[in-house]
Amino acid sequence: MKHLLGTQNLSREDAVLILDTAGQMAATQEREIRKLPTLRGRTVVNLFFEDSTRTRISFEAAAKRLSADVINFSAKGSSLSKGESLKDTALTLQAMGADAVVVRHWASGAAQRLAESGWLHGSVSVLNAGDGTHQHPTQALLDAFTMRRHLMATNLGDSVDGKGLDGLTVAIVGDVLHSRVAGSNIALLRTLGAKVVVVAPPTLLPYGLERDGGVSVHFTLDDALEAHDLDAIMMLRVQRERMTGGGSGFFPSPEEYTRLFGLDRARMDRMPGHAIILHPGPMNRGLEISAEAADSPRSVIVEQVSNGVAVRMAALYLLLSGEEASA
Amino acid sequence: MSAPIVITHVSLYGDTPSDIVIVDGTISSLTAADAPAEARTIDGTGLVALPGLVDLHTHLREPGREDAETIETGSRSAARGGFTAVHAMANTTPTADTAGVVELVASRGREVGLVDVYPVGAVTVGLNGTQLSEMGAMANSRAQVRVFSDDGKCVHDPLLMRRALEYVKTFDGVIAQHAQEPRLTEGSQMHEGLVSAELGLAGWPAVAEESIIARDVLLAEHVGSRVHICHLSTAGSVDIVRWAKARGIQVTAEAMPHHLLLTDESARGYDPRFKVNPPLRTQEDVDALRAGLEDGTIDIVATDHAPHPDEDKDCEWGAAAFGMIGLETALGIVQKTMVDTGRLTWRDVARILSETPASIGRDEAHGRPLAVGEPANITLVDPAAAWTVDPAGTDSRSNNSPFGGIELPGRAVATFLRGTPTYIDDRFTALTEGAPA
Repeated sequence: MKHLLGTQNLSREDAVLILDTAGQMAATQEREIRKLPTLRGRTVVNLFFEDSTRTRISFEAAAKRLSADVINFSAKGSSLSKGESLKDTALTLQAMGADAVVVRHWASGAAQRLAESGWLHGSVSVLNAGDGTHQHPTQALLDAFTMRRHLMATNLGDSVDGKGLDGLTVAIVGDVLHSRVAGSNIALLRTLGAKVVVVAPPTLLPYGLERDGGVSVHFTLDDALEAHDLDAIMMLRVQRERMTGGGSGFFPSPEEYTRLFGLDRARMDRMPGHAIILHPGPMNRGLEISAEAADSPRSVIVEQVSNGVAVRMAALYLLLSGEEASA
Repeated sequence: MSAPIVITHVSLYGDTPSDIVIVDGTISSLTAADAPAEARTIDGTGLVALPGLVDLHTHLREPGREDAETIETGSRSAARGGFTAVHAMANTTPTADTAGVVELVASRGREVGLVDVYPVGAVTVGLNGTQLSEMGAMANSRAQVRVFSDDGKCVHDPLLMRRALEYVKTFDGVIAQHAQEPRLTEGSQMHEGLVSAELGLAGWPAVAEESIIARDVLLAEHVGSRVHICHLSTAGSVDIVRWAKARGIQVTAEAMPHHLLLTDESARGYDPRFKVNPPLRTQEDVDALRAGLEDGTIDIVATDHAPHPDEDKDCEWGAAAFGMIGLETALGIVQKTMVDTGRLTWRDVARILSETPASIGRDEAHGRPLAVGEPANITLVDPAAAWTVDPAGTDSRSNNSPFGGIELPGRAVATFLRGTPTYIDDRFTALTEGAPA
């Protein structure tokens, strides 16, 4: 692997390798001294054209625990807000000797463009930390890591190395149209052998998904709960301002959304006992998810955050150490 | 006045062996023996002679964006592509919405002297879609504007569109509509379909084009005006225009070379050279456009030549400008997609790239027959001169071509404007006479 740009072209072997490596990284994080010398002397640049404190500090923690030098380059208070182009920023990072660039950008395809345009020469690896409404691969990988750990082991804590998510049924609920988290998850879940259920109002579905035979689509959460025994449910964040403003609302009101798509106690209780609840954060409590659901023992939302560091350590390690999956 | 020329052993329209003798800017004979002794001889063996090509849809960018293109560089690119006339769209800075601006463009075109530059006038002031521009003043100016368009933007207000369609009847003008429902395409980046869904790029749905075309053909019928549809790009649009023509509505439509050759699959690498408006569609749309051009539903091919400097294309997709250059590749693409596939003859090419665009634009001196007494506006095509497109080799000021590396079967090898070889042997010669007829 040279770059991690998305999950659509990630092979099962590479995906499982990242998850297995993340498992080893997570184990090191139980130790008293959590810092590994692996990437000493390497430079990782966090290049953030969009605000995302959570993702940035997760990548920063991952790189630092591997002993890499970390440079944070964000849109506020830098040349990025003065209209410097992605190309010039790339040339600057190249000149400063970056080994890996973690990029978050408002434009779909920006990470791929950075990797493939020829602006960066040589051996700089690009990690997509979210590009527009396209992909957010490390989020999907940390979600897969979390589901695998909970749902693919007979007893929690047993080794799940080498496993995918075969046989699981996973629902993704909410704004699938604009969600890079959903985009990455749908592709990765299918690669890893899970059945994907998508729940959204028709206004928030990507073109053609309904006719895609590989995904089961429902227009209310109740229908989905009726039709499937879910192993995991992933609630997407609703962006209030985008959803109901200016006559271009994708649904009539937040209240109606909650009525049809919100995860509350009653709906949670209709899921099988072992089913877990995920959310990429930050949550709108009371909108897409009730506090009862978010704080229930089924919720793995806080664990997702710590798994995120392990998965990003694994991705940085694999890209920068040049280790290949045996294909 | 141009020196006499004799073109020997050429094929008129690809089906009639002949010579062409040019004296004083006019076709004086079709027999080489009639040529004056001092005439320059051009061996036309293997070449097809067409009436000089006419582009109804060009962006020359001057005034305002001379960093992208000038009337001079655009004229060179046009002459090299086989064109003897181009219609320069109105979305310049300042907008071509007054007699002053259109006269400036026309006179600069005459100074350059490589193609006849016909300015297109804006339908609304500043292309703002709210107030009709002084189309009468532009029509009656020395530029004699007959084509009006807000191209780049849609005249989306139905009442304003109705008024515009009615108003231009005064001077036999035509409204060329950029059919794009603005609300349905807010923030759009590419064709809305399976590829846009996968790439996470906001979609530009076919219905946003088709709904405007449907409305405008009905308006044209209601008020008895003619309407021209710019850059028709979808299968549904072809169906609507076919229906309208069957009903007797005075509608004409144009297709672009890139919509005849490329699909939305090209967007997969996020390379903004493939970003254009209207966007590249699906293979089904490409097939429908070719069929529509074959059966006459689509009247003409125009280029939508849209130059942009590197900085507007060498960037991320979402930040890039819409548009691609196309003057030098249009003829080769029409040959590749329509002639070599057996859908059209060279006589049809003369119709779609010269006669009909000249007729729609009311360019009296262009699109004329290759016959004695006619103005010598002629394009010589070598249909066997296969070449590989190299964007850096263009004469346009910009190099944003999506066709780099594609092999085209033929190209224009010489272009004559009223007898002057404006482009031949990779050299340009300006015409030095007065105003275009």
